[in-house]
Amino acid sequence: MSDDILLHMKNIVIDGFSDESWHEIIKGVDLTLKRGEVLGLIGESGAGKSTLGLAAMGYGRPGIRLTAGEIWFDGQDLMTASEADKQSLRGARIAYVAQSAAAAFNPAHRLIDQTIEATLSHGVKTSAEAAEDAKSLYAAMDLPDPENIGFRYPHQVSGGQLQRAMTAMAMSARPDLIIFDEPTTALDVTTQVNVLAAMREAVDRFNTAAIYITHDLAVVAQMADRIKVLRYGEEVEEAETQEMLSNPKHPYTKSLWAVRSIEKPAETSDDYVLEIKNVTAAYGSVPVLHDVSIAVPRGKTLAVVGESGSGKSTTARVITGLLPPTEGDVLFNGAPLPAALKGRSKDQLQRIQMIYQMADTAMNPRHTVRETIGRPVEFYLGLRGSAVDQRVSELLAMIELDDSFLDRLPGELSGGQKQRVCIARALAAEPEVIICDEVTSALDQVVQEGILKLLMKLQRDLGVTYIFITHDIATVQAISDEIVVMWMGKVVEQGIKDEIMQPPYPEYTELLLSSVPTMDPGWLKGAAAARKAMSIAEETGKA
Amino acid sequence: MHPILTTVLQRLALGLLTLFFVSVIIFSSIEFLPGDFTQAVLGQTATEETVAAFRRELGLDQPAIVRYFDWIGALAQGDLGTSFSGRASSGVDRSRPVVDLVGPRLENTLFLASMTAIVAVPLALTLGILAALYRGSIFDRMVNAVTLTTIAMPEFLVAYILILLLASLNPIFPSLANITEDTPFWERVYRCALPSMTLTLVIVAHMMRMTRAAIINLLASPYIEMARLKGLSPRKVILTHALPNAWAPIANVVAFNLAYLVVGVVVVEVVFVYPGVGQLMVDAVTTRDIPVVQACALIFAGTYIVLNLIADIISIVTNPRLLHPR
Ligand SMILES: Nc1ncnc2c1ncn2[C@@H]1O[C@H](COP(=O)(O)OP(=O)(O)O)[C@@H](O)[C@H]1O
Ligand SMILES: [Mg+2]
Repeated sequence: MSDDILLHMKNIVIDGFSDESWHEIIKGVDLTLKRGEVLGLIGESGAGKSTLGLAAMGYGRPGIRLTAGEIWFDGQDLMTASEADKQSLRGARIAYVAQSAAAAFNPAHRLIDQTIEATLSHGVKTSAEAAEDAKSLYAAMDLPDPENIGFRYPHQVSGGQLQRAMTAMAMSARPDLIIFDEPTTALDVTTQVNVLAAMREAVDRFNTAAIYITHDLAVVAQMADRIKVLRYGEEVEEAETQEMLSNPKHPYTKSLWAVRSIEKPAETSDDYVLEIKNVTAAYGSVPVLHDVSIAVPRGKTLAVVGESGSGKSTTARVITGLLPPTEGDVLFNGAPLPAALKGRSKDQLQRIQMIYQMADTAMNPRHTVRETIGRPVEFYLGLRGSAVDQRVSELLAMIELDDSFLDRLPGELSGGQKQRVCIARALAAEPEVIICDEVTSALDQVVQEGILKLLMKLQRDLGVTYIFITHDIATVQAISDEIVVMWMGKVVEQGIKDEIMQPPYPEYTELLLSSVPTMDPGWLKGAAAARKAMSIAEETGKA
Repeated sequence: MHPILTTVLQRLALGLLTLFFVSVIIFSSIEFLPGDFTQAVLGQTATEETVAAFRRELGLDQPAIVRYFDWIGALAQGDLGTSFSGRASSGVDRSRPVVDLVGPRLENTLFLASMTAIVAVPLALTLGILAALYRGSIFDRMVNAVTLTTIAMPEFLVAYILILLLASLNPIFPSLANITEDTPFWERVYRCALPSMTLTLVIVAHMMRMTRAAIINLLASPYIEMARLKGLSPRKVILTHALPNAWAPIANVVAFNLAYLVVGVVVVEVVFVYPGVGQLMVDAVTTRDIPVVQACALIFAGTYIVLNLIADIISIVTNPRLLHPR
């Protein structure tokens, strides 16, 4: 039985160096992995997932110190092993797949050279064998033109293809263990499905054990046999995947499911506060929006969904006047808005506010919370002196922060708090419409839930309208009344949530929705199979 | 056309354009220099007629625009003009072409620069790469401390300390680097030892720190971590993964410092009485010998532009994105 155990990490303690001193970032975690088993490691960013995953290779990033514990890999303790011994394991018996393939491939070398590099330097195969094998791995990973794609340079292939090539690279020496560190986080949902399916298949085929790190529950449900939840460098709970999904025990684990549990009945109205009519827009000579028409119902939430590059943010820029359209109009309360920002009156500016994804860059790092929120109060409402302070306090209360935050700088706020301050700053202008551009994308699940609930409460209290731009379908499910689906600069469809989320779908909506992983562990197989059938049908159709 | 060729040609054109703008700037800033050559030579007592005649001889009576285009036109044909000095209307014209004045000086400057570069560049790159590789080690900290000290010291101080140590207290090298056209090669090397050492100390410190920073930056990239996680030896990581991406930053560092060796050495030339271009220019500014000043300024600007152009071209031809377009 114990022969079956490939990796056993015992009571691991890891320190990290920050703010001039060492801090414990992994606080005594145990981890066991059998041969051929996939363990999902899940938790918010900063929980210590990557650090723990890399420790399984006996590796610590600069500024990281493996302080205590044992790391038994196949009869060898990597904690005490020599650098040379660890070197001979890495790339040969334990491999790593990084989050951003675009950054993890050396721009100066061809894919195939990088794919077989470790295999050659460890003397596992001859160069010709390894190259042949790499091609078959490329084929197994569903890369196009597997015979030749290896001769390309990293910048010559797409992000999804690079991520597959990196899995092939990890597989090249047929390791016993692969550490996948959020390998699909940087990909679009529609690309993610295929990459996930190819990874799962490869792992199954070679009976490779894996640690699969992610913050996405639905993804881990597809990939892992067992799930371990990590928080603040400590294990929260661990269970078989089925068990964990159906019956999470710890309150923290339950809270990870939270966003998916928000439900809101969709309502709509025929009273449109904002109408985008046949808008066409371009950056320079590159056309980005084609004949886009969207109607925004007053006091409701309109979600705009689509992959990155589909034109969502550009639509927001047209509405706010940052990018005047080449054709078409934006009507506000029935009257056309001047196309360019410069042409708009103060009153028109005040009525439409915007909140961005990166609260960090959207705030001046030298302004306190009081100044950040106070400025629009003075500018738009014309308040002065103590009236400003009072209004700022009221706004802080609305976003559920107290007055102790008034004199803090952005650097002293957490990600969620910063986003709250940005919401307050938008509210300070007393707008009718707030455009939220991916406002929760950079936040952790639990924090996301808090922000979404806050936005919904503010809508109930103030009657403000949201245009909610996102690529995350779970968020859309949670808060929208109406949905607009965009694809390649066009509106695929607009309608009330319940209708859009019900079949029959237009083809692209179908693809988008079916790409979103669900918590059902069997989902990936079905989705990937359906996708294959679709592309085969497409090809035969073309032929 | 290959995109690399296009880019390189673009850079070349840009370099020429810059040179043109620089020539305008040089010319107009000299226009604003107070006083002029005739006054400097003839003195306050000269009659108006003499001054006017002399100005006519030098062409200074022409409007600035005309003089600029005369200068540029001649320059385009490789003619740097004739020096103002030695032309005093004594009847005999002993004035010399600027080329004859600047040429030997430029040779001297380039000699000192090359001599310094041959030692300094490999030394600085090696130290910088080693310091980056063994960041935080005793070696790194020592190199850092030493270079910080030399950077903080003004050049003339370094020069005087070297003179004190290696010429006065231990008379090994001469404290004057006064060479002439007939000084034999090894004698030159010997006499240039101290100025060259001074410059080496100054630029090695600079270059080493810049190299170290560039390499550390590079070693932090995810693909270097990936190479380590593939179990490659440290040597392989550096040679096959870091170095191919390091040429561009290193070329920039080197170009910057080589340019300094030509352009920024006037202090060292003065201390060691070395007949280089820097001294020549200072003298020419004092006597308002405009053709010489212009020629020197142009040489300096040209050095900067050419060296940066070379660094640019190196980063272009080592960039895989340009080498292998989609
Ligand atoms: N190289 C490092 N030096 C010092 N501290 C680090 C380093 N890398 C990560 N940390 C700290 O360790 C904690 C865990 O980080 P990480 O393992 O990257 O988390 P996760 O992968 O779960 O997002 C964080 O608080 C982070 O700030
Ligand atoms: Mg991580």
